[in-house]
Amino acid sequence: MTAGLGKAPRWVDLALVPLVNLVAALIVSGIVVAAVGQSPLKALEVLVTGSFGYGEAIGYTLYYTTNFIFTGLAVAVAFHAGLFNIGGEGQAYIGGLGVGIACLWLGGILPFPLIFLLAIVFGAAFGAGWAYVPGWLQAKRGSHVVITTIMFNFIASALMTYIMVYVLIVPGQQSPESRGFDPSTFLPTAKQMLGSVGIEIAASPLNLSFLVALIAAAAVWVFIWYTHLGYELRVVGKSERAAVYSGISPDRHIILAMAISGGLAGLVGLNEIMGVQHRLLLNFTGGVGFVGIAVALMGRNHPFGICLAALLFGALYQGGSELAFSMPQLSKEMVVVIQGLVILFCGALEHLFRPQLERLFAKPLPAKA
Amino acid sequence: MTAALALDSAIAPPQGGRWAIEAIGIDKWFGPVHANRDVTLRVAKGSIHGIVGENGAGKSTLMNILYGYHRADRGEILIDGKAADIHRPSDALALGVGMVHQHFMLVEPFTILENVLLGAEGGTLLAEGRDKARAELERLGRDYGLEVDPDALVEDLPVGIQQRVEILKALYRGAETLILDEPTGVLTPQEADRLFQFLRVLRDQGKTVILITHKLREIMDVTDRVTVMRRGAVVADLPTQNTSKEELAELMVGRKVKLGGDKARAAPGAVVLEVEDLHVNDEQGKPRVRGVTFNVRAGEIVGIAGVSGNGQTELLEALGGIRPAASGRIRLKGNEVGTRRPGLTARILRRLGLGHVPEDRHRMGLVAGFAAYENAILGHQDEAQYHRGWLLDRARMVDYCGEWMKGYDVRPDNPLLEALSFSGGNQQKLVVAREMEHAPDLLLVGQPTRGVDIGAIEFIHKRLIAMRDAGKAVLVVSVELDEIMALSDRILVMFDGRIIGEVSPETATERQLGLMMAGIAEAA
Repeated sequence: MTAGLGKAPRWVDLALVPLVNLVAALIVSGIVVAAVGQSPLKALEVLVTGSFGYGEAIGYTLYYTTNFIFTGLAVAVAFHAGLFNIGGEGQAYIGGLGVGIACLWLGGILPFPLIFLLAIVFGAAFGAGWAYVPGWLQAKRGSHVVITTIMFNFIASALMTYIMVYVLIVPGQQSPESRGFDPSTFLPTAKQMLGSVGIEIAASPLNLSFLVALIAAAAVWVFIWYTHLGYELRVVGKSERAAVYSGISPDRHIILAMAISGGLAGLVGLNEIMGVQHRLLLNFTGGVGFVGIAVALMGRNHPFGICLAALLFGALYQGGSELAFSMPQLSKEMVVVIQGLVILFCGALEHLFRPQLERLFAKPLPAKA
Repeated sequence: MTAALALDSAIAPPQGGRWAIEAIGIDKWFGPVHANRDVTLRVAKGSIHGIVGENGAGKSTLMNILYGYHRADRGEILIDGKAADIHRPSDALALGVGMVHQHFMLVEPFTILENVLLGAEGGTLLAEGRDKARAELERLGRDYGLEVDPDALVEDLPVGIQQRVEILKALYRGAETLILDEPTGVLTPQEADRLFQFLRVLRDQGKTVILITHKLREIMDVTDRVTVMRRGAVVADLPTQNTSKEELAELMVGRKVKLGGDKARAAPGAVVLEVEDLHVNDEQGKPRVRGVTFNVRAGEIVGIAGVSGNGQTELLEALGGIRPAASGRIRLKGNEVGTRRPGLTARILRRLGLGHVPEDRHRMGLVAGFAAYENAILGHQDEAQYHRGWLLDRARMVDYCGEWMKGYDVRPDNPLLEALSFSGGNQQKLVVAREMEHAPDLLLVGQPTRGVDIGAIEFIHKRLIAMRDAGKAVLVVSVELDEIMALSDRILVMFDGRIIGEVSPETATERQLGLMMAGIAEAA
């Protein structure tokens, strides 16, 4: 039993544990790489330079990071209310539909700033709506949100296929894609934005939505710890009985937390749809909702930690594709294995080394009766 | 001084007998907490030995070591004079040490016989063991005056009988020494007396009983010898006849204590809370409060006495807006309070001037994982005084909380510490501080001093009386009869969901209250 043990300093929790997990993941990855006859050190070098080594790489890394910040925040908000939202994937998918509809419908009609705002509203609202239903089912009918959000991922996927194939497809086209958006709706890229103030950087998909993600992170931080609504969400998450005792309705707050969570996930569409693809298409989310779970876990459900964890996963995505490219002996599947190991160690096995590390650094409490 | 005396007398061998249990030089650490410090306990065979101490004094740790839940870091245990190596409860049982827990370990839908058999089935097929157990149960019942119907379902039995089953279970497995952990918490005074009678029979038959309790009256009533623990160490070991309640209380706390505060006569004013024919059901829809009518006036403390589980919890939760009422009316300061939607009602009630110290402070009164200052605004988190613009004013929360911690003697007075890292008494003082400092007109208090040490009990009682003297209405629900008697201006006794009588603490006797709590006599 560890009762009475002092708490480890916060940096152990926030920095050391994730770092040790990451190193463990890389060591196991190294073994896998060595097993297929490649040099783990060279692979690591490619991974690092491929994600941070030059301007274009950094741009791509941050572009992936943007998605992971949104989905990581989504998981974290739900988590603070005691809910495990596994439906970030579907919420991001449907949120993207909202962004796309705003662009298709209003592109060329409204000026960019208005479309930009409306796209945010639509994306958040669609994502929130998609998460609202599992939230309502949890609050009012006791259907477990883990189960329903997983199911809603499948429903989202089927629904999007239907919409793309039967509704939004360009007539006469084979591939299920919408028409391209009006160029006035395109989010400015980082290259364009920095170029306008005279700073030249390499071209990459990185765009304005990265700033939106950072602002969202700051907003979540303020919301959770500095508003009474955020306080109430946390009370519900820690103890529903305490919530009822103090006059908070857990039902309402569960629904609210799910809606906010879905709304954040829905903003992935800003980056993917409005920032890069400039049209609606299938499967643009590519698993970012699930990576968000690992990001939130690794980031300790704190927006700052989530930004760092998102950066790590962004680097892994970008460096991983670079790895597949420049070390062809490491097949694409091998790169997925490495990414999977990092998710495994940093996400699912988050508590593998924690007890030992915390004991190592725990400050003894002053003896008391 | 007392300690030296204690050790001397402890070393003397028991008259004409041997030690049943000896624990010598036991040390136990939980991380940096020294739960048992060089504890030596010797229990004479064929005696009733009491162990008293405040919460956290190390009584339970010591018993858990004897029963094999924990291992001592140092020291040795002798049973019947032989060194014993106890790794798990089954080892203790094999050595003849049985334990009756505060919370019964019975399978409720099983019969008494099946419960007694549990873990001692004695073969692949039940039939064989069952016949043996039935015969054995009959014999035990005859020998110790513990007759039970072996085929009765445990869930149909009153708690007193359930406890008897627990004891039978231990005896059936050949326990020579019985450890009883706070056995009277769920009993009426009469049931407790019956238990003690029976413990005396056990002793006279040569069994050994270790009684852990925080009720000094019980120690004085039934034990032959008493060990007092404080802060993990044994501070005294005395023959019961040579000591007194007052001395024991002083030894437990380490200073003089005054039990039961003085108070002036109440000067009740206007009616603050009116309850009319209130019915409340539990989660399963079973009626728990069945038509309760009473009121509480400004400037008085109304106490609700009753054995735990007679509807007090549900009543308090309905009054606190936590549990919807099935029917009836609640009026607070003349305002009709809707009783349909829990959660929202609690909020409205607080705005109307309700303070509520809940029975279950761990899961209701405090939020685990929240710092003290965050807990200090629970229920008032949307009030302007804690905000600056839209945002919570953390600096002010911390300031207020720090002030209250000083005013209510919460130790350590650091608002940034996690609330559940405080001891039980300090947690309770934190909850009491929060509920009193938001200036309620009606204060509901459930089990004000459950799991709270004597020093904090004194303090909380004083505060409650001060609250009353300031003209507030106070409703106290407690299963501790002493507490109800000490605090209340009027006592309502609850039995089976009804208020079966009202008595005045000046005229009521413990016996009369005990009978009422058992549902036997109406108030005259």
